[in-house]
Amino acid sequence: MHRLANPTRFLRLCNMVKPWAMAITLLCLATGLYFSLFKSPPDYQQSDTVRIMYVHVPAAWMAMFCYSAMALSSAAALIWGHLVAQLIAKATAPIGASFTFLALITGSLWGKPMWGTWWVWDARLTSVLILFFLYLGFIVLHDAFDDTSRGARAASILAVVGAVNVPIIKFSVDWWNTLHQPASVVKLDGPAIHSSMLVPLLLMACGYTGFYLWMLIVRMRAEFNSNKIRAIRIRQANR
Amino acid sequence: MNAFSSLLKRDLRLAFRQGSDSVMVIVFFIVVVVLFPLSIGPEQKILARISAGVIWVAALLAAMLSMDRLFAADYEDGSLDLLVISPHPTEILVLAKVLAHWLTTGLPLIIVSPLLGVFLYLQADGFWVMIMSLLLGTPILSLIGAIGAALTLGARRSGVLISLLILPLFIPVLIFGVSAVDAALMGLPTRPQLLILGAFLLFATALSPWASAAALRQAVE
Repeated sequence: MHRLANPTRFLRLCNMVKPWAMAITLLCLATGLYFSLFKSPPDYQQSDTVRIMYVHVPAAWMAMFCYSAMALSSAAALIWGHLVAQLIAKATAPIGASFTFLALITGSLWGKPMWGTWWVWDARLTSVLILFFLYLGFIVLHDAFDDTSRGARAASILAVVGAVNVPIIKFSVDWWNTLHQPASVVKLDGPAIHSSMLVPLLLMACGYTGFYLWMLIVRMRAEFNSNKIRAIRIRQANR
Repeated sequence: MNAFSSLLKRDLRLAFRQGSDSVMVIVFFIVVVVLFPLSIGPEQKILARISAGVIWVAALLAAMLSMDRLFAADYEDGSLDLLVISPHPTEILVLAKVLAHWLTTGLPLIIVSPLLGVFLYLQADGFWVMIMSLLLGTPILSLIGAIGAALTLGARRSGVLISLLILPLFIPVLIFGVSAVDAALMGLPTRPQLLILGAFLLFATALSPWASAAALRQAVE
């Protein structure tokens, strides 16, 4: 891990991973969308509305995955002063916030025909909304200081504290009697979902993960470049 | 322990001699609650239904109001630097400051809350549960607020920022606090909600000093 704290080495790794991430994203999203929109069977209760699930569920997974990634790299940044981890956390936040927003929007589009309402205040929905606010808080706190490194450290602490919310989201459907259905894919006794629906779902999840990696690499490069530009500006100002 | 009590005494003495913060918080609390009958209309049934929620939200906002001053005064006059570099663990000092904050803002809110319950026609069954839930809930607000206050030290527009960071984290406390009172009004057992609030309180007591102390250390660095 400490080998990757060197930006040059990290960028080299990024350049290596990027074409693969792009290929996985495009391939999985294309086949996944084809299967989920045309090939998978309509649900016997929900009919075609079930197809929203193929966009919604992976987005919700990614929302939690991105937050976990953000919290872990923030912790690494706080503990070891790992600069690249700091930048990973910063670059992940807007991507994760977008996934969370997508999950909330698609969920409410699904909820209107199925539950008869755009929104209910059950534990799952509320905790995901809190997750969204945590992302926003992280982004705002990051930019709230004149000294950028202070903003980064303060935001890292917030990310670590907010990690409390992740298990609450995961288990909210088990702990409380929610309107949101409990987990049906990631379970101890195997997925309770037919393969004709599971395969497109997993393809979409792969595509989303690839997309995250791809966007992360793009954003990381932008971060490195803006750091370089800032350093050059400071050097010129000092001259 | 000695450091804990002397810091607690200092903060309480400062609060009593300046006096304005506690009074301001209580007046704000009362004014916000009074706005509701004026805006919704004086119908007894509706007000009785929403009374617990209104009191809780007003208490939350009032606690929020004083939150950004929790460390800011010490930060500005430099005594925070001395506290952090002192040989005592910063976590203990944070706990002392949080306790002082709760005693000067949270406790007065609880004392005033029955009066506001009367304003909003809260039924007699709800009073004790409301006081209990506020007793368990307001220290959580101070504890979580301490994290936000420490994180936003020296930030631009820290007052707005702290609300943005902290209010989402208060949502669970609010939900269980209000649902305890609602359960009491419907004649249901209130033990589960109060126990969950107690669990939140223990959890926040364990977690908040660490996070706040980490934030303070990076703030004074």
